[in-house]
Amino acid sequence: MSALAGTGTLGRLALRRDRLMTPLWAVVVGGLAASGVGSLATLYDTAAKRAEMAASMNANSSMRSLYGPVFSDSVGGLAAWRFGTFTAVLAAVMSLIIVVRHTREEEETGRQEMLSAGMVGRRAPLTAALLAALVANAAVALIVTAGLAGQGAGGALALGLAVGGTGMLFATTAAIAAQLTESARLAKGLTAAVLGLAFGLRAAGDAGTAGGSSVLTWLSPIGWAENVRAFAGERWWVLLLIALAVAVQAAVAYGLAGRRDVGMSFLPARPGPAEGRIATVGGLAWRLQRGGLLGWSAGFLVAGLAFGGMADGAAELVGDNERARQIFERMGGQAGLSNAFLATMAGLFGMIGSLYVVGSVLRLHGEETSQRAEPLLASAVGRLRWAAGHLAIAFGGAVVIMLLAGTGLAVSYGRDFGPIVGACLVQLPATWVLGGLAVLLWGAMPKAAVAAWGVAGLALALGWIGPALDLPRSVLDLSPFGHLPKLPGGAMEWPPTLVLAGVTVALVGVGLAALRRRDLTT
Amino acid sequence: MTKAISVAGLHKSFGRTHALDGLDLDVETGEVHGFLGPNGAGKSTTIRVLLGLLRADSGAARLLGRDPWHDAVELHRRIAYVPGDVTLWRNLAGGEVIDLYGRLRGGLDKARRADLVARFELDPTKKGRTYSKGNRQKVALVAAFASDVDLLILDEPTSGLDPLMEEVFQSCVAEARDRGRTVLLSSHILSEVETLCDRVSIIRKGRTVETGSLADLRHLTRTSVTAELAGPPNGLAHLPGVHDLDVQGRRVKLQVDTDKLDAVLRSLTESGVRSLTSTPPTLEELFLRHYADEVTGR
Repeated sequence: MSALAGTGTLGRLALRRDRLMTPLWAVVVGGLAASGVGSLATLYDTAAKRAEMAASMNANSSMRSLYGPVFSDSVGGLAAWRFGTFTAVLAAVMSLIIVVRHTREEEETGRQEMLSAGMVGRRAPLTAALLAALVANAAVALIVTAGLAGQGAGGALALGLAVGGTGMLFATTAAIAAQLTESARLAKGLTAAVLGLAFGLRAAGDAGTAGGSSVLTWLSPIGWAENVRAFAGERWWVLLLIALAVAVQAAVAYGLAGRRDVGMSFLPARPGPAEGRIATVGGLAWRLQRGGLLGWSAGFLVAGLAFGGMADGAAELVGDNERARQIFERMGGQAGLSNAFLATMAGLFGMIGSLYVVGSVLRLHGEETSQRAEPLLASAVGRLRWAAGHLAIAFGGAVVIMLLAGTGLAVSYGRDFGPIVGACLVQLPATWVLGGLAVLLWGAMPKAAVAAWGVAGLALALGWIGPALDLPRSVLDLSPFGHLPKLPGGAMEWPPTLVLAGVTVALVGVGLAALRRRDLTT
Repeated sequence: MTKAISVAGLHKSFGRTHALDGLDLDVETGEVHGFLGPNGAGKSTTIRVLLGLLRADSGAARLLGRDPWHDAVELHRRIAYVPGDVTLWRNLAGGEVIDLYGRLRGGLDKARRADLVARFELDPTKKGRTYSKGNRQKVALVAAFASDVDLLILDEPTSGLDPLMEEVFQSCVAEARDRGRTVLLSSHILSEVETLCDRVSIIRKGRTVETGSLADLRHLTRTSVTAELAGPPNGLAHLPGVHDLDVQGRRVKLQVDTDKLDAVLRSLTESGVRSLTSTPPTLEELFLRHYADEVTGR
C-alpha cells in the first residue's frame, strides 16, 4: 500500500534517533515496579501485616485518591497498587514525547518536508512514530512482567499489559494532538492536559468510592489500567477496552492526517501584531514563558480546589483504625488527620511544582542549543541579564503556583486559610533547590543539563513512593522535601527552611558564575 | 517526449492569503529551468504542491506525466529535493543522512556519492548538530546529486555555500544535465541562473509574468542606448517604443523596446553619431523591472 511506503525506513530512523532515550525510559519506568516489589515483600513479610496495611489504605480516601484502591493483599497486589498508577502515568508521558518527537516536531523543524519528498507515503510518518512508541511500551511491559513474574505470571502479565496499554493509549492521543496543533510544544501540552484530566478523574473517583467502581474512575483511561486488577482476579476484558480506545484514537489521527497539508494543522496559528512591543530580553522571556506559567497556574488552582474538598473525608474514614492512623501520620503529619492529609497534598504540590521550575530554567538551555540565544547575546545583552529574565519567571512563578494551590486547598477546605497557604509556601525552598540544581548543571555542564529532570523525578518518586516503603531516613533525606517542617499541624522550623533557601542561592550563584566563563553551546 | 513539469492555472490559498493565483509553469525534459520571483511570490508553495506536500485548490499539475498528489510515492522515487534551509537530526552523522535520503529515493550511486563528498569537501562522519549552515546544505546536495533520479527540484539550494562550493554546485548541475536529468532551480543568485539555465520563469504574486529562454526574454525587454551626436537629435521622442528619453545638448540617453531598435538607430545616424553604447538587459534588470512594478503597484 503506497500510503505506508517508507514506513520501515522511517521506523528505523526513529529507533536510531531514540537509541539512548527509549532504553533509558523503559528501564526507569519498568524498573520502578520491578525493583520496588522486593522492598514491599521484606517490609510486609506476613499475611497479617499485609492485610492490615491493605485495610487501612482502603479505608483512607486520600490514599485511594493518590494510588487507587488495594484490590489484593498479596505481595503482587500491593506492588500493583503502589506502582501501577505511577508507572502507567510515566509510560504515558514517555509515549507522548516519542510520538510528538517523530510527527509534529519533524514538521515544525522542516525536516519532514525533505523526508516526504522521498518515497514516503502519507501515513508512513505517523505509523513510524506509533511503531517507535509501541517498541518502547513493549519494553516497559516486558520489564514489568519479568520483574513481577515471581508473584504470579498471570498478574505480572496483566500489570505489564495495563501499563504498556496505557502508554499506547496516550501515544494515540498525542498522535491526534499532533494533527491539531502547529507547534510540538503545544501538542505535548495538550496531551499532558488530557493525561492530567484522566489522573484527576481517577483520583476523584477513587477518593469518593472504595473498590474502584466509581463512574468517574471508569471515565478515566488511568482508571481502566487500575481496573484490570492485576493479582486480584485479573479482568482481562478491560485490556480489550484499552485496545479498542487505542484503535479508535489511531483511526481518528489517521483520518485527520490524511486531510491536511504537510506542516499545516487544524488549529492554525493566528497572525500576530505587525509591530512588536517586546523591548527587553526580560520581556522576551516573559513572552516565551507566560503561556506555560498560565497553564501551571490554572492546573494548580483547580487541583487545589479538588483536593481541599477531600480533606474532611480523609479524617472521618480513617477515624477508628489505630494502625492506619499511625501509618498515615508517618506519611506526612503529626496531629490531626485532616492536617496530615493537607500536609501530604502541600508536599505533593511542592514536588510537582519543582517540575515547573526545572522546565522553566531549562528553557535557557533550549534557547541556547537551538541557536536562538546566539543572536541575542551578540546584541547589547549580557549573559546574566539574559538568564535573569528566565530565572525570575522560574523562581517567581513557583511562588505564584504554590500560592494558587494553597488558595485552592484552603477555599474548598473552608477554614485555616493562613496555615494552609503557609504550608504550601513552605515547600518553596525545596522546590527552588531543584531549580537551583538545574541552573548549576546548565551553567557548569550544559551537556548534562537535562539530568535536572532526572533529579526532580527522583525527588518526586522518593516523596510519592518512599514513605510507605519504610525507606531508611538517610535515603528519604536525599530529597530536599524530606527536610521541610510538616505543615499544617506541625511546628514551623526555620533553620532547615532557611538552609534550603541559602543552598538555592549558592547553586544559582555558582551556576551563573560558571555560565559567564564557559563557551556557548553551538 | 512529455514535459517534466506541466502546471496550468494553479490556485492555493491559506485562509485569506492567495499564495498561488493561477500559476503556469512548463519545464521540458532535460532542461535546466530557472524559477525566479521576489520573496513571498509563491515559489516554495509551488514546489510543495509539486512534491505532493500541499494539495492545490484548483488547476492542473503534472510531474513526469503523473499526478503529484495521487502518485506522490511513485514519483518521489524519481525526484530529489533540496530545500533552502536544511535541518538535520542532532545525533545522526551526515553520512547516515545521505544514505537515508538515498534509500528514500531510487537509490544512491556509491561511486558518485564518494566523488561528491570529496568535491564538496564534506566530512560525513560529523553529527548533525556540529555542521554549519553551508555544510548542512552540502549534505542535502550530495544526497540529491548522488541519487539516481530523473528530476532535481532545488529550492535556493546554494544559500550558505562559499564561492568555491558554488562553483562545484554549478558543475554538478551541468553534469546532471549532461546525463539527461531535468533540473528546476529556484534561486536568487541571478548570475547562477544566467550561467546554468536554458529557460526561466519569473513569477509574482502567485502568477507567472514571464517565461522563455533568456534570449526570448531579452528580446521582449528594453535595451539601454547612450549616444553622443554630431548635431541635435531629431524626433526621437515621437518614435514608438522609446522610454526615459534624456537629452542634454548632444548627449542622448534612452531605453528602447528591443524590437523597435531599428527606427531609433536610423534616427540617430541622421544626426551623425560620434559614440554609441548599447547594453542588452541583464537578468537582474528583467527581474528588477517586475519587482519594481510590484513596489510601485503598476
